[in-house]
Amino acid sequence: MSELAMDTPIDRSAMKVSDEVAIEIRNMNKWYGQFHVLRDINLTVNRGERIVIAGPSGSGKSTLIRCINRLEEHQAGQIIVDGTELTSDLKNIDKIRSEVGMCFQHFNLFPHLTILENCTLAPIWVRKVPRKEAEETAMHFLEKVKIPDQALKYPGQLSGGQQQRVAIARSLCMKPRIMLFDEPTSALDPEMIKEVLDTMIELAQEGMTMLCVTHEMGFARQVANRVIFMDQGQIVEQNEPEEFFNNPRSERTKLFLSQILGH
Amino acid sequence: MSDTHAETVSYVRETMLPQQEPPASTVGPLGWAKTNLFSGWFNTVLSVLSGLFILWLAYRLLPWIISPTWQATSLNECREIIGALNKPHGGACWGVISERWKQLMFGFYPPEHYWRPVLSLILLLVALGPLLFRHLVPAKVIYFSMLYPFIAAWLLWGGTIWNPIVAILGFVIIGLSLKFLTSVLNPALALIIGVVLAVIWWVALAGTVAGGLSAVLPIGIEAIASRQFGGFMLSITIGVTAILCSLPIGILLALGRQSDLLLVKAMCVGFIEFIRGVPLITLLFVASVLLNIFLPPGTNFDIILRVIIMVTLFASAYMAEVVRGGLAALPKGQYEGADSLGLDYWQSQRLIIMPQALKISIPGIVSTFIGVFKDTTLVSIISMFDPIGLSNAIRADTAWNGVYWELFIFIGLVFFIFCFSMSRYSMYLERRLQTGHR
Repeated sequence: MSELAMDTPIDRSAMKVSDEVAIEIRNMNKWYGQFHVLRDINLTVNRGERIVIAGPSGSGKSTLIRCINRLEEHQAGQIIVDGTELTSDLKNIDKIRSEVGMCFQHFNLFPHLTILENCTLAPIWVRKVPRKEAEETAMHFLEKVKIPDQALKYPGQLSGGQQQRVAIARSLCMKPRIMLFDEPTSALDPEMIKEVLDTMIELAQEGMTMLCVTHEMGFARQVANRVIFMDQGQIVEQNEPEEFFNNPRSERTKLFLSQILGH
Repeated sequence: MSDTHAETVSYVRETMLPQQEPPASTVGPLGWAKTNLFSGWFNTVLSVLSGLFILWLAYRLLPWIISPTWQATSLNECREIIGALNKPHGGACWGVISERWKQLMFGFYPPEHYWRPVLSLILLLVALGPLLFRHLVPAKVIYFSMLYPFIAAWLLWGGTIWNPIVAILGFVIIGLSLKFLTSVLNPALALIIGVVLAVIWWVALAGTVAGGLSAVLPIGIEAIASRQFGGFMLSITIGVTAILCSLPIGILLALGRQSDLLLVKAMCVGFIEFIRGVPLITLLFVASVLLNIFLPPGTNFDIILRVIIMVTLFASAYMAEVVRGGLAALPKGQYEGADSLGLDYWQSQRLIIMPQALKISIPGIVSTFIGVFKDTTLVSIISMFDPIGLSNAIRADTAWNGVYWELFIFIGLVFFIFCFSMSRYSMYLERRLQTGHR
């Protein structure tokens, strides 16, 4: 847990939540073989919302957001992203994946490509953007995450924090409407967590719809408009951050918060 | 805590130490010998013993190898020369190499046409340029590489120039149908239609068209039958074709083995396990003897082509397993990274997965290549004249009856040159593709 992100005061004025629905999940269930990982998930995310999903390990929070771009398949219920329902139709899946950006715990950059190539690959091949234009966009976003000078290096030559910021830039190059973060700071040294969180805060200030699985409660308090607590594959509690942290209702949430904030 | 103690504990470095030269005993030739040859008494003893062994080998072998028999024209003549020298261990009879090296290279290919295989070998090196040294050779050379198989086949086997041209037309048909049908049909279906059209062209029409054209415009070079091929030329023809075809087929088999489609998966697994479970010699016998029984009478299915197909299938099965090893070594995150960006299956395979999986499998792939190339000597079993088969043929001549070592040493040396260069190339490629992610 880090409170580093609390240092900078942030401007919440641009973080507007619209009425338009970005993601709708209805009675979604998922099993791994016999094991019921996600049970009756109902969740509506409006455009512009910043949602932090917290919970103990094994509670299904990563699985939940990985269902949203179909890295995991759900077996019952509906997931509708930007008006398109996720079914086994490969065309819809690729369309949704190109609209939904994702950052992983272990970055998953492509080690055989340079930073710039990592960022231009998907726009060139999926969006059919001309190479030159794709490179300009890539440099724009690399500047935004403050590493334009590393563009010609390979991922293996960068620090963890820099790699995660490249991963964010790579997703942004596809101009996604929704960003998913799967524990983006869990594999980082404490010194590097702040640089990644700062990038995410900046993104939130621009009004990006974000779903973040994270243990950074400082970030949740500062940026999120809603915190969701999961346990045993279910949504146990969701609330605005102030209420969630100061006045948790369920016993499980209280226990979790006392453990995560207690040191 | 006392003041003095506090003083010793609190410490701030004000000047950073400059970098210094390493001790002299760890650098230079002396340092190298010390760390690599004489580190500790056990290693020193080992180094001295191996040094003595190498000296002993050289002492026994060199007198045999350095033998003035290059001019001899028969084994008996060699024996006279060596007998006159009165050496304790005898000597090699190199006359057989100087007299027969051309035959070891080209088999029974007519000597006045030796320029054709030599030219195809030179062109092969040009055609491989863009594949092997991508950053050094202009990218446009790849068009020549695509034409090369047809040029080489025409140079080696000869005949009318219209044969390779109608063969190329078949591929043009596939290309055109892909280009025009993909806009209305799904690409896989367009490909199937293109292939079917091309096969109809090759089987039913191409022969007649080539015949007709050569009757009107008889341009060509003398045709040479497959039975006249031999020596390293034969090994290289079979080896290079099998190597170049086995890699793409092996990749497809490896992907098929991972497929979610049960039927595709079962077919790939069945093929791989069957081929790996059968000795190559068995497959070669099938190619040389059995296929003729099953094919309709009168079909002339070239023996070299049959052997190439069998060796390619054999190599592909092994290649598939090597590539599968590389695929298994890739972290799952790479697939997810590619998926999350919206790349489709073939895009992510081509751009993300294969470049990394193949790089991991380079040592295994090149080992398989080297194995395939050496396995081409097995065609001597089905009485084709590869270098080993030729060595038997040479011994059948009374002048050279009884020559073994010199021929095998020469053949071994030439094979070693080819295989060693492949192995060095693989190491170069690994170094060049290193992007420091491990």
